[in-house]
Amino acid sequence: MQLFLQRVFDGLNNGAVYAVVAIALVLIFKATTLVNFAQASMAMFGTYLVWMFVTQQHWGIWFAIAVAMAISAVAGAAIERVLIRPFDPTDHLPLVMITFGLAAILEAIAGWKWGLEFHKFPSPFPSAPGDYIGIGGARLRYETIGTLLMMLAMIGVVFLILNKTKIGLAFRAVSSTLESSRLVGVKVGATLMFGWALAAALGTLGGAMVARQTNLEPAFMAKLVIFSFAAAVLGGLDSIGGAVIGAFIVAMIQSLLVGYAQQIPGLHWMKSNYSLVIAFVVILVVLLFKPEGLFGTKRIERV
Amino acid sequence: MSTTDETTSGGEGLAATATEAAALEIRNLDARYGQIQVLRNLTFTVNPGEVVVILGANGAGKTTTLRAICGMVTTSGSIILDGQDMRGKDTAEIVRRGVAHVPQGRGTFPELSVLDNLHLGAYVRRDRKAIEEDIARWFEVFPRLAERKSQAAGSLSGGEQQMLAVARAMMSRPKVLLLDEPSLGLAPLIIEDLFNRFSEINQETNTTMLIVEQNANLALDLASRGYVLESGQIVLEGTSDELRTNEGVREAYLGA
Repeated sequence: MQLFLQRVFDGLNNGAVYAVVAIALVLIFKATTLVNFAQASMAMFGTYLVWMFVTQQHWGIWFAIAVAMAISAVAGAAIERVLIRPFDPTDHLPLVMITFGLAAILEAIAGWKWGLEFHKFPSPFPSAPGDYIGIGGARLRYETIGTLLMMLAMIGVVFLILNKTKIGLAFRAVSSTLESSRLVGVKVGATLMFGWALAAALGTLGGAMVARQTNLEPAFMAKLVIFSFAAAVLGGLDSIGGAVIGAFIVAMIQSLLVGYAQQIPGLHWMKSNYSLVIAFVVILVVLLFKPEGLFGTKRIERV
Repeated sequence: MSTTDETTSGGEGLAATATEAAALEIRNLDARYGQIQVLRNLTFTVNPGEVVVILGANGAGKTTTLRAICGMVTTSGSIILDGQDMRGKDTAEIVRRGVAHVPQGRGTFPELSVLDNLHLGAYVRRDRKAIEEDIARWFEVFPRLAERKSQAAGSLSGGEQQMLAVARAMMSRPKVLLLDEPSLGLAPLIIEDLFNRFSEINQETNTTMLIVEQNANLALDLASRGYVLESGQIVLEGTSDELRTNEGVREAYLGA
């Protein structure tokens, strides 16, 4: 029981982190039907900014996160304007290549500027060895609770922006139908720029949430984003709620399946480093059998 | 609801020229998709408060004409709205200046609620209170939409979607409303009802309308004048009565 609870708590922790990044992926996908393969690198870069502000400027962690999120938002908007907008939005291959290229460039710059070694990252939440609540002998760490609360707050903010503001309405319009958006006078370019800015800021927040647990290095988010991507695919790629639920499903599968593999007949070969494989299997199975995901929109071609 | 407040108030004696009084004037408009020229030297006018129909076979360039007015096709020539050339301006700007377009396939947002669709129709406006009043007003005109205001637009019937499309377009308080084949895919009774509404909207709001329609009988009943488009050129123009009695029009579009 104690072990089971511990694995569930680990799953909750990872699920919250996957969810934050998955929401950023879904935001971009909703608006552009484009998977932003640079999302992880953008988040990584933003997280390095947080680290730099804290270790070199000696700012408080939350202030550093806020400033880094603002910088990320501006950078995200600039990326949309300079690298994405000049290209035909209906032709995906060049755009996908651009996001891949951007990922490579950002990782290279980070490696060159901050080195390839692991850096300890300050925790935004109390993370001393004793900072946990004991439940049934298992440890629910304050960090896990903090990450979960942060994720909930973030979902709330995204929901409010999308449903209660004019730019949010425009964003949902662009996500629905590009041509109709133009016909009501929505400035599509500016709206997409806003989407990129929001996604970039959220990515940085996600990175800062997780970096203490993974340590900071140029590829630390690239490993994590696969799980977020699996979560988003499972949830339906264009559903924010779906992405969050998908994130917890993926995290729980990962934590429980790997954790109990030794006891499951035929699975004893599975070790913790197989969790990446689990993410790919989730992606593959969903794409094969339910391509629209659990909560995604089934695309119906209208005549 | 008053939409056009400065129509022909000056009368002909005060207006400098007849062209200045037009709500919409198209002059020498050419449009092409790649190598193919779709519109050739198109010239026509729509007067304030008037309903004008464009007739023509499939592929004659009717839809392209409306898309060109909205800045969705590359063109040369002039598209003069209220005395100002709109050609080359982007769609958002043209909508801001008072053009609303109901494209084929409705141009609604299927995933969004009826209410969201109407708010988007008013996207270019800032007068929040008046927007709410207008929504209430269009719910009165189309009670079916009021009943379904929280439903996704895509879940409405074809007729309801067309009502929504028209209400959405009117939410921007346009000076000129462009309607592209509004009868397409609808049952005859619904079409008749819809065209009655168009007529009421035109009379009550004095909105200028340019309508492209296959159903020539209904369209000529609604419109006061019309143009016949063939291979991207205007081959005939006249009042609705003149067109109705024209031998060529009768054969080609009225099935007589």
